[in-house]
Amino acid sequence: MKEKGRFGDYGGFYVPEVLIPVLEELEGAFYRFYEDEQFVAELGQLSKEYAGRPSPLYYAKRFSDYVGCRVYLKREDLLHGGAHKVNNTLGQGLLAKYMGKTKLIAETGAGQHGLATAMIGALFGMETKIFMGVTDIERQSVNVHKMKLCGAEVVDVEGGTGTLKDAINDALRYWTAHVRDTFYLFGSTCGPHPYPTIVKHFQICIGKEARRQSLEQIGRLPDMIVACVGGGSNAIGIFSGFVDDKNVRLIGVEAGGRSLSSGRHAATLVAGRVGILHGAKAYLLQDEEGQVYDTESVSAGLDYPSVGPEHCLLKDTGRAEYVAAEDEEVLDAFELLSKTEGILPALESAHALAYMMSQKGKLSSEQVAVVNLSGRGDKDVSIVEKRRPLEQ
Amino acid sequence: MKTYKQVFSELSQASRAALIPFFVIGDPDFDTSLAVVKTAIDAGADVLELGIAFSDPIADGPTIQKADIRAMKSGMNLQKARDFIRKLKEYKDIPIGLLMYYNLVYQYGVEKFFTDFHEAGVNSVLVADLSIDDADEIARPAASAGLDTVFMVTPVTEDSRMELIASRTTGFIYMVSVLGVTGSRDELSDAVAELVGKLKKLTSVPVCVGFGVSKPEHAAAIASAGADGVIIGSKIVGLIERNLGDSEKMLAEISVFLREVRDAIDTQAG
Repeated sequence: MKEKGRFGDYGGFYVPEVLIPVLEELEGAFYRFYEDEQFVAELGQLSKEYAGRPSPLYYAKRFSDYVGCRVYLKREDLLHGGAHKVNNTLGQGLLAKYMGKTKLIAETGAGQHGLATAMIGALFGMETKIFMGVTDIERQSVNVHKMKLCGAEVVDVEGGTGTLKDAINDALRYWTAHVRDTFYLFGSTCGPHPYPTIVKHFQICIGKEARRQSLEQIGRLPDMIVACVGGGSNAIGIFSGFVDDKNVRLIGVEAGGRSLSSGRHAATLVAGRVGILHGAKAYLLQDEEGQVYDTESVSAGLDYPSVGPEHCLLKDTGRAEYVAAEDEEVLDAFELLSKTEGILPALESAHALAYMMSQKGKLSSEQVAVVNLSGRGDKDVSIVEKRRPLEQ
Repeated sequence: MKTYKQVFSELSQASRAALIPFFVIGDPDFDTSLAVVKTAIDAGADVLELGIAFSDPIADGPTIQKADIRAMKSGMNLQKARDFIRKLKEYKDIPIGLLMYYNLVYQYGVEKFFTDFHEAGVNSVLVADLSIDDADEIARPAASAGLDTVFMVTPVTEDSRMELIASRTTGFIYMVSVLGVTGSRDELSDAVAELVGKLKKLTSVPVCVGFGVSKPEHAAAIASAGADGVIIGSKIVGLIERNLGDSEKMLAEISVFLREVRDAIDTQAG
């Protein structure tokens, strides 16, 4: 490896020896192409014409009236596939193409990254396998069907609790046996180097656009940026646009699950301690000896016991703040945005909205918050229906 | 305490390759596991590779994963793992290598882990998810605790990297025979002999071959290719799984299988 892939002491590449050559190859290819004129032009065109960038910055007036400050939504939910995930899968998919790889694999929790990978597999004519935990397959059946329609094979992962962590375990195992022709399209800003750097690079467009749009539409920078954090890719994407603007608060909202005190949650930065999982040193939810906990969250996409290494550094340096929103607050936020704006947010993104609701009455009406609406909630309707049945 | 150096030099004088069975400590429970490993020693094991169960064993296939789960369900922890190793060493002074994942070492405290486990009777600790690039994190504490180093080499490891790995290995090189995770395979790749030959030219450090070794013929082929040891894991862990309700049969089948492997290796040598 040319670089250590460290964010402070976090990150690195803690992987079995067999994966080192393929990570080196990936690192080399990334640095060869990411500023290559043809690569940049091709990605730019696809981002615009296939994915639908730039995504709008929208002033959510009626939601703002409830919260008591000005809330803008960065509408990543309007992108093709329904989430910010397409930014990364287009970028990495194109990288795979430039590297001459013909097969894609990916892990998925909520199915958004899996779907975004399946789309790109179809777009580039690559054979695609998506690893997905059985629990997630059950709770995100619509996305599973969509992936299959795009021609991807969905591989059931039964280990552990059948969620994202287990899907990553099995995708890594499969990759270990197929390193020669297979590109692992990692979905979040975690995992071994160079993934955190690559994923951030392809998601940074969210932050760059949001900053430009804020200046154009609001006439100034926002006071705070709020994003949900599972692995942390949408959050690192939008935070990166503002990280040098010291007066802009960066707030990451993790999955508080049932509650923090119950232990049944996925609030890694809030309640974890440093450990090593899936190739990176990062905060981790684990027992005293280092066995990794099973996590719980209403949103499959945040149901992960570790977190991106750069978020760990942002927490330690105090540049970003991390909080947790519990499932019930998240469902409240899902309902409120639907009712006030006619926008169904993904349950993941609803964590960021739940934080805004918790600030009701605490902020001045002139304050501006930009919430990264990282995905749309169509995929979650059946979950919400079960948890919050509508009265007849 | 018997060292790798002693064992491999004795074996090399007799032109024999080492038989190195792998088990997960505490699979399916402490007492049965102890009986299983003692049986393996009696059947002719020269060195032991022992795994400590981890919740997310990314380098392991389904057989070892299930063994990890059984061990954890039976209440295995690091304190008990040390007791287990002590009991084995009381039974016979045989070199023991641990094969495990970094987070458990890291949480315990790297220095303390190596000191405590060396004291219990461990000769080396192979951390499956710590490559030679980050070996500095463990190299010094391992050396000062008196441990040998064991690193992996795979079919996709480049020559220059093999040399680097060999230069930092004091115990033996764990040569992974196939691309992929642990698990039994029907066929042994033809590339194994070639890779063993290449490694033996590069280094005088003992080379032991593992992953996918499931038949006495495989072991014989590996020995005849010039390897210094044959590591067998998933196959015998599978025999534990298959006989969970009947520990007598479990011990008998493991004993028979390992004796067959022992014979196959030794016949090869003769």
